[in-house]
Amino acid sequence: MRKIKAAILGSGNIGTDLMYKLERSREIEIAAVIGIDPDSDGLQRAKERGYAVFANGIQAIVDQPDMAEIVFDATSAKAHVRHAKALKELGKVAIDLTPAARGPFVCPVVNLQEQLEKETANVNMITCGGQATIPIVYAINRVADVSYAEIVATIASKSAGPGTRANIDEFTVTTRQGLEQVGGADQGKALIILNPAEPPILMRDTVYCEVKQMDQAAIRQSIAEMVEQVRQYVPGYRLKQEPLFEENRVTVFLEVEGAGDYFPPYAGNLDIMTAAAVRVGEEVARHLLDGRGVSLGTE
Amino acid sequence: MRDGSHVVAHQFTREQVQAVAKGLDDAGVPYIEVSHGDGLGGSTIQYGRSLVGEMELIEAAVASCKQAKVAVLLIPGIGTVHELKEAQNRGAGLVRVATHVTEADVSAQHIHIARELGMEVCGFLMMAHSAPVEKLVEQAKLMQSYGAEAVYVTDSAGALLPDQVRERIRALRQSLDIEIGFHAHNNLSVAIANTLVALEEGATRIDGSLRCLGAGAGNAQTEVLIAVLDRMGMDIGIDLYKLMDVAEEIVGPIMPHSQEIRKGSLVMGYAGVYSSFLLHAERAGKRFGVDPRDILLEVGRRKAVGGQEDMIIDVAAELAKLQKAGG
Repeated sequence: MRKIKAAILGSGNIGTDLMYKLERSREIEIAAVIGIDPDSDGLQRAKERGYAVFANGIQAIVDQPDMAEIVFDATSAKAHVRHAKALKELGKVAIDLTPAARGPFVCPVVNLQEQLEKETANVNMITCGGQATIPIVYAINRVADVSYAEIVATIASKSAGPGTRANIDEFTVTTRQGLEQVGGADQGKALIILNPAEPPILMRDTVYCEVKQMDQAAIRQSIAEMVEQVRQYVPGYRLKQEPLFEENRVTVFLEVEGAGDYFPPYAGNLDIMTAAAVRVGEEVARHLLDGRGVSLGTE
Repeated sequence: MRDGSHVVAHQFTREQVQAVAKGLDDAGVPYIEVSHGDGLGGSTIQYGRSLVGEMELIEAAVASCKQAKVAVLLIPGIGTVHELKEAQNRGAGLVRVATHVTEADVSAQHIHIARELGMEVCGFLMMAHSAPVEKLVEQAKLMQSYGAEAVYVTDSAGALLPDQVRERIRALRQSLDIEIGFHAHNNLSVAIANTLVALEEGATRIDGSLRCLGAGAGNAQTEVLIAVLDRMGMDIGIDLYKLMDVAEEIVGPIMPHSQEIRKGSLVMGYAGVYSSFLLHAERAGKRFGVDPRDILLEVGRRKAVGGQEDMIIDVAAELAKLQKAGG
C-alpha cells in the first residue's frame, strides 16, 4: 500500500516522540526530521534510524517542497505563525502541535471528520490538557448539555518543557477555548498544576461539568464509550474511578499513562498530544490516498 | 483578606471587605491583600466560587483606603495576565506571583508584565518547607532575575520550625539583592515565633491576618504580632489599639468559628499539607464518611502540591471504598 510522506518540523521532545509513533504508522512514511540544531538529541536519533535529517528549519521544506505532503509542526507557537504561511504557500497540510491556534482546533475523537470535510489545511492540536479532557466534556455534553466545564490538569514537573513553562497562560486560555468550541461547554475554565514529586506522577486530569439535563445512566454510558475510543490511540488513558454525581454536577477523574516511546510513561500529557496528532495525520493520509484530497481552505 | 477568603469559603461581601480595609488603612497597615483565596481567577468548582467577584472586592478595598496599597495574589496556572491587568485597572498596586517552591520559572511572564504595568511585584514561593534550602535559593534567584522586588518564603503548610525559618531566610539574605518576605501559617502555633526569627535574619516584609483569619489555623495574628514588636521596641507605624478594635469589632463577627488550632490544622502542620485543603477535607470527610485527618495524611503522602484540591475528593472516595471493603 502506498504511504503518504510526512515531515516532522522540530526535533525537541514532541518531535522526537512523534518520530517513534509515526514509525508504526501504516498510512504515513517519515520523509524527514527537521530541526535547527544539528547536535540535538532528536536529530541524532533520527539520523541513527536512517531518516533524512535537516538542521535548517522550514527552509528545508522550501528548498525541497516535494519531500512531504503533510508537515507536523512541533516547534513553538511563535515559529508556527511563520511556518503556517510558508506551508500554505507550498500547499502542505500542516498539523500544528504548538499552541499557536492558527488553524481550527482538532480533537480526533470529537471533530476530526468534520474538520477534514471542511477541507482545512492547517489544524491545531490545542493542548495536552485539552486532548485529555475535551473528549469527556463532549461525551457529557452530547447527553446532558454542559453549561460549565472546568478541568484541572496536573502533570509531573519533569514533563513540562521550557516552552510550556514560559507560556502557561497560553495553555490555560487555549484549553478553555477548546472546552467551549470543541467540547461544547457554554463556558469553560482550565487550571494547570505542576507537581515535582519523585518518582514523577502520572498525568491526572479532573473534569467538573455542570449540566442542564442530568441523566446519570446516560452520562456514565457516554463517558465509558468515549474512554474506549480514546484508548484506541492512547492505551494508558483511563478513569481513576467511576464518575461522581452531586446535584447538577459530574466529576470525572482521569489518569493518562504514556506509551513510553521517547518520554517515560509518566508523561501522559506529552504522549496524548503526539498520539492525537498521529491519529489526525493518519486520517488526513487516508483522505489523500482515497483521492478525496484535503484542499486548502480558509484560515 | 486574600488568605482569610479560605476560612469563609470565599463568601466575603462587599461591605465586609470595605469595613476591614478601611479599618486596616486607618490603623496604618501598609498593604492589604484582596482576591480569591487561590488568587486571581480562583473562583472555580475546584477551589470554591466567590460570592462576590474579586474585581468588585478589589475596587471596594481600593476605594476604602487612603494610604494602604491593595495587593493581589496570582498563581500562574490558575490566574492569567488578563486578570492581572483587570486588577491593576481596578486599582491594585502590588501583585505577589506565587508558584510551588520548585517551579519559579512559570512566573517569568507574569512578573515581567506586572513590572511593565508599573505594579510593585513580589515572588511568593509556596510550600517552602518541602524543598532543600539550596533549591529555595536557586528558585528565589530566578524570581529576582525576572524582576521581582522581593521574594517570600511561604510556609503554606505551617510546617516550618523556627530553626528551619532561620536557615532559609539567612541563605536568601546571603544570595539575594532584593527584599525578603515571610508568610507564616499557625498550624503548629509557631507563626509569631517564626516571623520574629525571619525579622531577626533580615526579612523586611511580613504577613499577618487579624484573628488568624487565614487558611488552616491562620497566619501570624497581626494584632498580636504588632504588640510583640512594640514590646521589642520596634515601631512600624501601626496603631495597636485601632488594630485591636478592627480585629474585635469588624473581623470577629465575620468569622464562622474561632481560629484556634484544631485537629485538622494540626495534622496539616504536622504532615506538611497545604493549609487551604482544610475545609475541603472536612467537607469531603462528611460526604464520604471518612476521617478528614486520614484524607489529609494520604494527600500528604501522595505529595500533593498547592492547588490540588481535586485530589482530596479522589482520595476521600477511595478511602471510603477501602473502608467498605474492609467492613
